[in-house]
Amino acid sequence: MKLYDGGKIIAGIIIFFFLVTFPFFLNIGKVNAKPEPKIDTPEIQKLAEKKCIEPKAFMRAEHMTLLNDWRDAAVRYDRRLYVNSEGKQFTISLQNTCMHCHSNKKKFCDECHNYVAVKPHCWTCHIAPKEKES
Amino acid sequence: MPYSAEGEGVMSMNRRQFLKIAGVSTIVGLGGTSALNALRGSDLEASHVLTDEKALNAKRWAMVIDMSKFKTGEDYKRVIKACHSIHNVPDLGNPKDEVKWIWTDTFAHTFPSQPNEYMEEGIKHKPFILLCNHCANPPCVRVCPTKATFKRKDGIIMMDQHRCIGCRFCMAGCPFGARSFNYKDPRPFLKEENKEYPTRTIGVVEKCTFCFERLARGLVPACVEASQEAAKAAGGEPGMFFGDLDDPKSEVRKLLATRYTIRRKPALGTDPSVFYVVGGDKNA
Amino acid sequence: MLEKAFTGSRSYWTWIFFLLALVGIGFVNYLYQFKTGLGVTGMSRDVSWGLYIGQFTFLVGVAASAVMLVIPYYLHDFKKFGKIVILGEFLAVAAVTMCIAFIFVDLGQPMRVLNVILYPTPNSILFWDMIVLNGYLFLNIVIGWMTLSSDRKGIKPPAWIKPLIYLSIPWAVSIHTVTAFLYAGLPDRYFWLSALTAASFLSSAFAAGPALLIILALIVRKFTKFDPGKEPIQAVGKIVTYAMIANVFFFGLKIFTAAYSQIPGYLYPMKYLYFGIEGFDKLVPIMWASSILAVISLAILIVPALRKNETTLVLACIALFVSLWIDKGFGFIVGGFVPNPFKKVMEYWPTMPEILITIGVWALGFLVLTLLYKIAVTVREETAGIEIEH
Repeated sequence: MKLYDGGKIIAGIIIFFFLVTFPFFLNIGKVNAKPEPKIDTPEIQKLAEKKCIEPKAFMRAEHMTLLNDWRDAAVRYDRRLYVNSEGKQFTISLQNTCMHCHSNKKKFCDECHNYVAVKPHCWTCHIAPKEKES
Repeated sequence: MPYSAEGEGVMSMNRRQFLKIAGVSTIVGLGGTSALNALRGSDLEASHVLTDEKALNAKRWAMVIDMSKFKTGEDYKRVIKACHSIHNVPDLGNPKDEVKWIWTDTFAHTFPSQPNEYMEEGIKHKPFILLCNHCANPPCVRVCPTKATFKRKDGIIMMDQHRCIGCRFCMAGCPFGARSFNYKDPRPFLKEENKEYPTRTIGVVEKCTFCFERLARGLVPACVEASQEAAKAAGGEPGMFFGDLDDPKSEVRKLLATRYTIRRKPALGTDPSVFYVVGGDKNA
Repeated sequence: MLEKAFTGSRSYWTWIFFLLALVGIGFVNYLYQFKTGLGVTGMSRDVSWGLYIGQFTFLVGVAASAVMLVIPYYLHDFKKFGKIVILGEFLAVAAVTMCIAFIFVDLGQPMRVLNVILYPTPNSILFWDMIVLNGYLFLNIVIGWMTLSSDRKGIKPPAWIKPLIYLSIPWAVSIHTVTAFLYAGLPDRYFWLSALTAASFLSSAFAAGPALLIILALIVRKFTKFDPGKEPIQAVGKIVTYAMIANVFFFGLKIFTAAYSQIPGYLYPMKYLYFGIEGFDKLVPIMWASSILAVISLAILIVPALRKNETTLVLACIALFVSLWIDKGFGFIVGGFVPNPFKKVMEYWPTMPEILITIGVWALGFLVLTLLYKIAVTVREETAGIEIEH
């Protein structure tokens, strides 16, 4: 079987291959450490029970959905109290509840987000806490 | 298909048909998944989110402003600063891009449907306080294509900055010029930040929200509180009052029943909730 | 059939690359606007809509013009339009593409544009505008493509096309009525608050769109082997004439209400646009230019001898198109915002990035138009002499 325009096709395939794989080439040799979000902020250390509003596994998997639901609950339905799975109440607020304990955005939130190249657009409006030297 | 494949059997597919089927399947697959996601709705059950018991409730929040109690420049600055500082309202410094939730203007500009060249000089030159009127029949809510601005059960016209697409239809719809748009990134124009409240971002509309976040904690709007606390300290009477228009025993209803009040542009039928006491003291 | 757009003469490709360059410049400026904010335009807290929305408003009218060819041909068997209806339909596609692009560049948060679909709000006219514009785009692409490819094969289009064609007629009227409804229901914007707004939009649409069509038909005759024909062009010319008479008449009605009632809400915007108020008069020269061009175009169009002469006809069409472009694409928007709700004047004039983005979107529209017209014209050239059967 004859391959018409073979030169152009093979050249195109090679260019396509490089376009698709260049992120891998770009990162060869770079060491990307596993993300290690730090939860040793002064505010967390002051807590009697070092618990987030929900268990760690749930928060890791669902904090995005939880924050979306919180957003709608507080802004659209005027419900600002969250009752967690153990019946404890928390004020619905990213800045004043979540970031009150997790006051180290760079060493906590950004650790995982940078690793998976996720850029949540919360921070253009919600003020991130000032990083303290811990 | 009006045309059949050339030189191929009845059951085989030609290139055009294949591309059509592939294209449609991709669109249905991608579009279908996102449509299903969109319809999925919230995961939080009703029992998980509550309203705070401390919260102030009303059927229709309203404000009464007695301009005769605003005597010095400080009286005006106080209420504007109270609002703009806790809500991180930026100071853009020019009338083109400016963002303001509460501000002052003369009688002629506040009530342009009531021109009166010969009115009492005191009122003619006195600055009036302007803000969103939280209308009961709001044209801004009617025109918003995403319900980013909406009317709450307590009458407050709310802004959902997460949803706003920045089309500015609400700004065209508001006959009171109460809304501001973030033509630039507001953060460089914030001298001090209130870390307990968010800022906004470029490309969204903002305005007074009757301090919904304070009402949820049992506090009156910041401007009202600033006016009332200053009055208490000076032993005078406050210029701003807040309450439930639907409650005959509320402070605002008592004021409306005993004093002559006007609203801005009432003939338009938007039914504003901000009332201005006219007359007042001898030297109003 | 798409491949016909990618073969052409040297001048064809020069034109394409020229348009692509303009699109590129517009795109770079849009990136600047996207990063810095809409503050790079001339829009303000008081004049919150400007050139982008004005151009969108004007172009919705141009898009609706396809119906001025569809009605005579499909409803009244006016066979003379047989070969040029496709030009109207493809012009509609290019115009609606520009409309959507102008809305997109005007948004403060364009990445959230799908919120209009995710959170449908039937009480908002913008929601309906999205539906009717996209629907009209879809209709014209399908109808244009199917009828053209049937012509190419020398067969009748499939039967299911007919209901779509009939649907496109009220749909064309709807796109402009709905767009007018964006403006005509806003309290205290007296320049817009009139039942006549929608009628005036339609009349200017049915004048400006077919006028552009005449210009394009003459360009097609000059540069290709397809001649739309003298008689079809004359018929379109008559439509343009009557539509423009109606449009100017409606404008006169508006002037009367403003000038005779002397109610400030109605009078001040007119005064601002045509005479200036309190020393603010930025728009006065172009508004008068628009009116003078309208009178000139009507003077030519009404006189049969001048209308029959294709040179004067095309001059009239150019004058008319520019006149209505200024009026609906700029003056109309500003008139609703000046004076502002506090009866003060905040003027508006577009900035350079705003103008370059606008030119970029127009270039995009003309690119779509060129590609589609190339296909249509090539088919007409190839099937010259064969009668159209729709």
